[in-house]
Amino acid sequence: MSAPTVPDTTRRSARPRVGGTHLTGLARLLRLALRRDRLVLSAWVVGIGVIGVSSVGGVTQRFASEAERTSAAAFSADNPISRVFNGPAGGADLGALAFTESFVILAVLVAVMAIQAVVRHTRAEEDAGRAELLGSAAVGRHARLVTAWVVAAIACSTAGLVYTATMLGSGLAPAGSLAAGAALAAVGLVFAGVATVTAQAFSSARAATGAGVAALGGAFLLRAVGDLGGEVADGGTVLVSAWPSWLSPLGWGQQVRPFLDDRWWVVVVAVLASAALVAAAAVLSARRDLGVGILPARRGPDRAPRSLRGVFGLAWRLQRGTLLAWGIGLSIIGTSFGAVGEGVEELLAENQELADVLASAAPGSSPTDTFFAFTMTLLGIAVGAFVVQSLLRLRGEEAGGRLEPVLASAVSRVRWMASHLVIAIAGSAVLLLVVGVTTGAAYIAASGADTSAMGGIVGAALTQIPAAWVLGGLTVLAFAVVPRWTAAVGWSAVGFTFVVGQLGDALDLPQAVGNLSPFTHIPAMPAVDPDPLPLLVLSAVAVVSTLVGVAILRRRDLAIAA
Amino acid sequence: MQDAIRTRDLTKSFGEVRALDGVDLTVRTGEVHGFLGPNGAGKSTTMRTLLGLLRGDGGEVELLGGDPWRDAVSLHRRLAYVPGDVHLWPNLTGGEAIDLLGDLRGGVDRSRRDQLLERFDLDPTKRCSAYSKGNRQKVALVAGFAADVELYLLDEPTSGLDPLMLSVFQDVVREVKVAGRTVLLSSHILSEAEALCDRVSIIRRGRIVESGSLADLRHLTRTTLRIRTSRPLEGLEKWPGIHEVQRDGDETSFVVDADHLAAVVRDVGDHGVIALTSNPPTLEQLFMHHYGDDLGATTAVVA
Repeated sequence: MSAPTVPDTTRRSARPRVGGTHLTGLARLLRLALRRDRLVLSAWVVGIGVIGVSSVGGVTQRFASEAERTSAAAFSADNPISRVFNGPAGGADLGALAFTESFVILAVLVAVMAIQAVVRHTRAEEDAGRAELLGSAAVGRHARLVTAWVVAAIACSTAGLVYTATMLGSGLAPAGSLAAGAALAAVGLVFAGVATVTAQAFSSARAATGAGVAALGGAFLLRAVGDLGGEVADGGTVLVSAWPSWLSPLGWGQQVRPFLDDRWWVVVVAVLASAALVAAAAVLSARRDLGVGILPARRGPDRAPRSLRGVFGLAWRLQRGTLLAWGIGLSIIGTSFGAVGEGVEELLAENQELADVLASAAPGSSPTDTFFAFTMTLLGIAVGAFVVQSLLRLRGEEAGGRLEPVLASAVSRVRWMASHLVIAIAGSAVLLLVVGVTTGAAYIAASGADTSAMGGIVGAALTQIPAAWVLGGLTVLAFAVVPRWTAAVGWSAVGFTFVVGQLGDALDLPQAVGNLSPFTHIPAMPAVDPDPLPLLVLSAVAVVSTLVGVAILRRRDLAIAA
Repeated sequence: MQDAIRTRDLTKSFGEVRALDGVDLTVRTGEVHGFLGPNGAGKSTTMRTLLGLLRGDGGEVELLGGDPWRDAVSLHRRLAYVPGDVHLWPNLTGGEAIDLLGDLRGGVDRSRRDQLLERFDLDPTKRCSAYSKGNRQKVALVAGFAADVELYLLDEPTSGLDPLMLSVFQDVVREVKVAGRTVLLSSHILSEAEALCDRVSIIRRGRIVESGSLADLRHLTRTTLRIRTSRPLEGLEKWPGIHEVQRDGDETSFVVDADHLAAVVRDVGDHGVIALTSNPPTLEQLFMHHYGDDLGATTAVVA
């Protein structure tokens, strides 16, 4: 009755489209997703860019002559460690050397970025209940899924473009630079596709991300096996990978072989694979309900086991997975560092830059000892990152509202903090012991060195403990004083020690800045004899800052949303 | 008997915001005390201060004869807390969370726990991440009521429960009351408080504006009368203490201020009463009595 008064034109435009497609609302969802992700994805791309610049720049400045490049490529094609960690050598071209040295780390980072982005916009949205709200609006069945994939694709392409630009900036050939950027983006794209599938299969964001990262780990292993079993060709400067490398999306990126033959068809294969994965995810998504996974959520015990009783049991339950993951990761890294220990002298002959860095750390000692001193600092910082991560649980529990019911029971604040501190402190000691033992065992097994070498390497690992604890003390202090900034303070501290430890010489940092990192003060065992004084001072700093943090926490209000 | 909870002039500010502005709250031992107010009035802040999670800026707080900030741990053994917004560990099952929370307080009564699980119809084998809001609330309720304690602090414990579970909840609260326990029940659902509470306190903008038994509070406000008389009630509007007069044939309805009720009933009697119904004020009306000006202000803005 009232309708005819409305002008015809507005009626047509205001009328909702009946039906719509499976992708209705894609453009709006995409704008929303990009807006929500603008900071986190920018940070990822910038971080990846910085690593790319330093890695590519390092290679392009290092080699002056054709002979040097040929010898470096031949070494890289032949050396097993280089095959495992850098992948197949692609000839003596400067661009190929830069690609081989920089690609694996960048591709792993781009893949993790893509997995996280996809899960953030699919499964995590369902966990948070926001997907339900969107699903009730005029949004097509597959619009959210495709949005997530497109967001990841945009981020991966941007990272690829930055990589290309970096290579062009270093004066490398345009065709190869372009192929290298495409290879990087393609790897990210495949893992974005993998994550669209894991997000359908698993019923929590954690599990979906975990499965995606596990797939990435599998891809790394496959291509490591394939590259180890590869054959040297083309005068010894090119490695032709064996078939397992072709089963790995990470391997596909390397098989593009930029600066050698720019095989673009491999990029096409990767893009098609990504599209196929998204299509599979769409099929899975249509066959399940919102909020649940294809794989049913596991049921658990209806009663708490004895091990979960008490606040220490809870802390262990919350932290054991993290500790185990770190233990496995650090064992693998320790084993590989130990295995290369023997080849260090040979490696240093090839790499004057690294030789200079090592020599400046402990003049006059053997290259192998200096190498282990250097790697133990690196692994000490990694364990420092574990300490920070495990103590960030404190803030996570508080901010997540799970601390409130714990402190409303008969648990004091000191006891609650102690439960997590024990795991961070003891866990870091255990991890460094594992690092020392795996490194030492692999070194002795690979080089046939005397078993007495074990003592020096384990000692070098354990001397890192006080420095790792200092990072923990700082995190506890931040948690007590500026709870909302705990994560920022903790991770900045880890990042700072990493920059000082790894790039301090390259960046020509003033000694005063370097001295701010606790790891600077750790004696460079096994290259030098341990001096107990700095270890005692660092331990005291760690203990005092932790105790002050605990004392402040006893007095402050819980920082929880009202 | 000693009061279970007593605060005197309790204040608490968060930066510029004064969340508690002199709260005087008394909860007697053995009563179910309703703590009423809209969101943001200071209910949760008061609860958290009573638990020693927040520290009051000024005033006094006494809980079970102790200082909730200083004696937190020993006092918490004697009380159970159910928050309104329940957050649980996603990778623990509901059963594990209930046992853990009970254990942290000092022990769980197994048979009571299992009986509550059944009454609240909760599956304890699901992971907490898989629970709906209502089910997370049930986890907290089972964990809370499985504890054999003197005092139950319940902060809007029924949000997310369906009507069936609401009645289970009310039964359980009545049982603990019969067992002589004290309950402080914060809510903005007035019918819930009416059904359960011996006494209520109404909080508004960080102050207790009214406190007492429902009977006490009803004295403070107006009763609705609906009357049929043989002779018309002429000039009723001009009688003292009478408001909102409405006439429908020979039936008249109006509200009377509490302190004029006796006089009005006497005078109405002279007009030949045929039928009379009287409705005591609901908690709703008590509430509106205190928040009416806020609503008026809101309406004015909208208008």
